[in-house]
Amino acid sequence: MTTGAHDTGTPHIGGPDIGAIGPARTAQRTGARVGDRMTAGRALPLVPAIGLLLIFLAGPIVWAFAGSLTDRALSGPRAANPQFIGFDNFARLFADPVLPLSIGVTVAFVVGSAIIGQNILGLALAVLFRSGSRAVAGTVGVVVVTAWVLPEIVAAFVSYAFLSADGTLNHLLGAVGIAGPNWLYAFPVVAIILANTWRGTAFSMMIYRAALDDVPLEVVESSMLDGAGGWQRLRLITLPMIRPTIFTNLMLTTLQTLSVFTLIWVMTRGGPGNQSSTLPVLAYTEAFQFGDIGYGNAIAVVMLALGAVFSIAYVLSLRAQGSQGGRA
Amino acid sequence: MKASAAVTALAGAAGIALVLGGCAADTSDDEATTGDKTITVVYSKTDSFTVLDTLLNTAKDEFEAAHDGVTVDLQPITATDDDYKTRLQLSLGSADTAPDVFYEDTFNVRSDVEAGYLLNLDDHLADWDDWGQFDEGAKSAGQGEDGSIYALPLGTDTRVIWYNTHVLEAAGVGVPWQPETWEDILDVAAKIKASQPDVVPFNMYAGTGTGEGTVMQSFYELLYGTGDGSGLYDDDAGKWVVGSQGFIDALAFLKTLYDEGYAVSPDKALDPNVWQAVFGDMFPNDTLGGTVEGSYTPSFWAEGGSYEWAEYGDVMGVALFPTQNGEAPGGVSMSGGWTLAASAHTEEPDLAFEFIATALNHDNALWYAINNAQIAVRTDVAAEPSYLEANPFVGDVSAAVAVTHFRPANSDYPQISVAAQQATEAVITGQQSPADAAATYDAAVRQIVGDDKVIEK
Repeated sequence: MTTGAHDTGTPHIGGPDIGAIGPARTAQRTGARVGDRMTAGRALPLVPAIGLLLIFLAGPIVWAFAGSLTDRALSGPRAANPQFIGFDNFARLFADPVLPLSIGVTVAFVVGSAIIGQNILGLALAVLFRSGSRAVAGTVGVVVVTAWVLPEIVAAFVSYAFLSADGTLNHLLGAVGIAGPNWLYAFPVVAIILANTWRGTAFSMMIYRAALDDVPLEVVESSMLDGAGGWQRLRLITLPMIRPTIFTNLMLTTLQTLSVFTLIWVMTRGGPGNQSSTLPVLAYTEAFQFGDIGYGNAIAVVMLALGAVFSIAYVLSLRAQGSQGGRA
Repeated sequence: MKASAAVTALAGAAGIALVLGGCAADTSDDEATTGDKTITVVYSKTDSFTVLDTLLNTAKDEFEAAHDGVTVDLQPITATDDDYKTRLQLSLGSADTAPDVFYEDTFNVRSDVEAGYLLNLDDHLADWDDWGQFDEGAKSAGQGEDGSIYALPLGTDTRVIWYNTHVLEAAGVGVPWQPETWEDILDVAAKIKASQPDVVPFNMYAGTGTGEGTVMQSFYELLYGTGDGSGLYDDDAGKWVVGSQGFIDALAFLKTLYDEGYAVSPDKALDPNVWQAVFGDMFPNDTLGGTVEGSYTPSFWAEGGSYEWAEYGDVMGVALFPTQNGEAPGGVSMSGGWTLAASAHTEEPDLAFEFIATALNHDNALWYAINNAQIAVRTDVAAEPSYLEANPFVGDVSAAVAVTHFRPANSDYPQISVAAQQATEAVITGQQSPADAAATYDAAVRQIVGDDKVIEK
């Protein structure tokens, strides 16, 4: 990273584009034959990385897709001789009334806990840290990061113990004379959104703290001289300057949250009924409780598509962002 | 030249060393396998279920003493029955991970046979004299659709109503109590609720949390007591029953229990460990009127059980679960049970079978029947006085055999069971009306077995 910055002498954000175009053009100019040989040689060090990606990323995806075209089961005759059934699993899935419910729960979970919860809370904390005292910022930082340090299964048990019928929250409410419901049963989606927000906020907070530190002080100071208040500075100066970070962070937290399983499984097992069955939970239930591996795979493929939709949206906005930044 | 000759010599020496090494390794391997074999045994062990662990440890000691150089590697899995099944089936799928011997619920036997996971035991049974001691019903529990035997039963069970006489007497209900119809149960529940507001009058399991327990110890007692009693599956037609009014009525009964507050709150019902509260807390503390549970119930309360309760014999009573409107034969029960089976992938089929035979020999079977409150499947065990006097309820729960039903012996059953569990969950949580939940179940059944294997009733 340091050598790259040294070579191009450009700011870090613009670096990769310029670096990628530069040498290719030079190679074209020096001569096609040498260039071709050079390209093959240069590609060689990439082989292990590409190999690993093919085995560990493309492999499972292809495997899941292939599995979704069969009626493979965990037990019974379809475990011994799974048949190729084309897109039957998908036809069945899209006719299943549980699918829209599950996609709805998944989107609510992702929007509620990742996009709104973790990002806004993380950003708010990061902004407040800059104005708060060092001691308060340090203490709050440690408390928030603790949730991130906990292994997922522990965080899940802690959330369960906090929100269950005779959990911590209801004991606290009981102390002031309020009889709380069983939050996991009465408000399952809210419960898992709260738990995942609590668990994941530290990540966003740290990313935003780093980004805020990169906002040049002189720009902030000059806007203050122009008479901008705190809110105006945040809205007009800080947020536009850290927009690439916001989109990157949104993408990372969204993809992480889409794949959350342990937290939900421990807290609600996707219930009551299907009320908190996100796609990963639904896929697990179908594959391992019903023993319908093929159908579970089909759900996994849908989940993959949903993740792809989110990522493409973010990548496109990052691109648009990049060209805007270039003009500025 | 000299240098390259040296290299060649070295390479040759290395090659010879490798070959020799390979031979040496092979021979030592052979010696190792002939001298030191291992049989892996996978089974379930939890806080409240350690009886099987004790049995298998006894069998391990006997077996290792009789077979020099053979080690039995016991690998208990601590999980709910549902998760245990999933883990077992996943490991059975591959020869690399399949245990040699394992503990298997009877309702999974047919579907695991169809999957090719279980070892055919016919040849071994032909040379095993004890097999003649097993009663005919028990033998069929481990039968595949081809008629061969694939699993040997550890015991069987029945389901009856267990009620707390303190609670019933406080509500003014005479004991011994025997409800004749579903309505009788609701009447008594109402009386208990009126007289003892803090007591759960009559609990029945529901939802996917309690897994197979939901259907075996609750829903099927209702379903098989409706209509002509064919329940899930019409044996004569060989088809699954759909569109059944009995199914809707059974769901409606559960809904009434939960809506009226006669059962535990729905969120507690969905907790997979609710049965531990029933045995460990509610019955001993007189906070539960009655429930439907298995004949193995005394094993939890007996000395050495998970929830020792010395007075249970005096406080508890049992009754047959009634049919909907008192139709013949006047009661309903369900029977299941667990088995020991061997993997089709095992490299040591003889040793695997011998280990199972050791675990099921007369003394071990007697010990297990007494300590796990099983209904004995060996006739020589069933005649033992120590078995007949093992707990105060042996006679009552054995009588339920007369009205008992077995789950459809069909490889599609495990999937259909989950669909029925989901129907009960949808009803008690208010997500669906009984009619809608039954319609969802019907659609699931049609999807699982195909339209040509269902029959409208």
